[in-house]
Amino acid sequence: MLQNTTEPGAEKPIIELQGLCKTFRTKAGEVRALENIDLAIQPGEIFGVIGLSGAGKSTLVRCINCLEAPTAGKVLLEGRDLVKLSKKELLEARRSIGMIFQGFHLLEQRTALKNVCFPLEIAGVKHEEAEARAKELLELVGLADRMESYPSQLSGGQKQRVAIARALATNPKVLLCDEATSALDPNTTRSILALLKSVNQQFGVTIVVITHEMKVIEQICHRVAVIDQSRIVELGTVQEVFIRPKSAIARELILPTGGQSKEIPLGRRCLRIVFDGNSSFEPVISGLTLACGVLVNILFADTKDIDGRAFGQMLIQLPDDDGAIESIQAYLDEHGIYHKEEGEYDF
Amino acid sequence: MISDVLRNLFTSGELVSGIGETFYMVCLATLFAYVIGLPLGLLLVTTDKKGVRPMPVLNTVLGIVVNILRSIPFLILAVMLIPFTRAIVGTSIGSTATIVPLVIGSAPFVARMVESSAKEVDPGIIEAAQSMGASTGQIIFKVLLPEAKPSLVVGAAITITTILGYSAMAGFVGGGGLGTIAVSYGYNRYQTDIMLLTVALLVVIVQLFQEIGMRLAKRIDRRIH
Repeated sequence: MLQNTTEPGAEKPIIELQGLCKTFRTKAGEVRALENIDLAIQPGEIFGVIGLSGAGKSTLVRCINCLEAPTAGKVLLEGRDLVKLSKKELLEARRSIGMIFQGFHLLEQRTALKNVCFPLEIAGVKHEEAEARAKELLELVGLADRMESYPSQLSGGQKQRVAIARALATNPKVLLCDEATSALDPNTTRSILALLKSVNQQFGVTIVVITHEMKVIEQICHRVAVIDQSRIVELGTVQEVFIRPKSAIARELILPTGGQSKEIPLGRRCLRIVFDGNSSFEPVISGLTLACGVLVNILFADTKDIDGRAFGQMLIQLPDDDGAIESIQAYLDEHGIYHKEEGEYDF
Repeated sequence: MISDVLRNLFTSGELVSGIGETFYMVCLATLFAYVIGLPLGLLLVTTDKKGVRPMPVLNTVLGIVVNILRSIPFLILAVMLIPFTRAIVGTSIGSTATIVPLVIGSAPFVARMVESSAKEVDPGIIEAAQSMGASTGQIIFKVLLPEAKPSLVVGAAITITTILGYSAMAGFVGGGGLGTIAVSYGYNRYQTDIMLLTVALLVVIVQLFQEIGMRLAKRIDRRIH
């Protein structure tokens, strides 16, 4: 199911999951958290895993550094199967995989500086060397003036910055982010994501992002895997999945649902228009109404700038006249704009 | 109303030495109780099924032993341990001898206190340490103990006051200290004022330890400022 064609050159994947399964034994019986996961993550990419809560994404990320031992399958880090390592070798291997969490998980009794020193202490790095490295990293994440602060004195965004600095202390090749921005407000989320992106670009650290929010994926990821009911149901570049979601779950994650959708009149035919790149700078809707001579009702619109290109989507209500619908579709086809009738899609 | 007996107690120095003996017993007993109880408590946490290194059988056995020791009333334990105490100290009477049952009676209590303090540490922090490749030992010494420190100090204050209470009970079996004074004058000779005085002294000492413990815990805790 995996295609590496999206990546330039056929590099060897840095992380490869093969036939990964994870089953939890609970009193209520066996719970299958992951079923037959195959995944290859390329060095230097920002890879997203999106899914609803309970889909298995947190378990998936914990299998990558073997915090959860897989029930079956392989976890290859640069070709080396982590599952087969001895305990000591595994502890060693984990130093090349940093991890940040939704709840930050900083040591509450240590200053920001000492928190960043922590993984270095564990790795047996000399005290002075560790502090120098920690200072450098705290400067990198923009907290040069908060080194002596304790976590309780820092805001959520600052705590996550400390956590990022801490995760980078041992120069990891991979950074795992488990819902790292889910506890943060939208502005802080944006700045943390921007930081992760710059870390990726500056140091070439491969980043795996676990989230339930499409906006996180849109902002930083190159490729995305959609996970639903313990399986990967879709995988591709963010553009591909965003423009043409194949699975119902991916469409649910991309399209507005929940409370908002209830206001959308049911039973009417709707058309989803997806803008990619230049097309969102063109007055598409105005052009469409003029060219086709129909009035369209915009039910939902969300456009944004992603990675220097404009992306977005709009949901318009179609007129009851079949002829008008055809002319609208023809107009969109002519302008090379992807559209899909969402009539069968149950909001 | 100060009775002649009370005046004699002061002038003979019996009361002062009683206070001294009580401090001596309580401090040494607390120290040894932690020497045994701290590792035991940490073992209970780490071998728990949700711990860093689950060992269900060991954990269950330890839990049962701790529970058995904790369910024996202290006075009965002190009596039961007389032969053992005599074997170690050479006598079963006096403050030094009392340290033995005090340690054995309170070490399981300490273990439970340490266990509950260590369990207060956010599992997420432990997971983060594991993700960095920390070994079990590193998690115990660099995460569990430092992160639980304020709670451990509060636990120590509670432990000291509990041991103080035990040491007073030991007065009935010739344990020395304020307990013995309260028993021999107040209980055996019906001199209520002396009994009340020793009780008042015990109350003051408990307050002192508790207050010091609480203040220290608050001062070293970096979570609230």
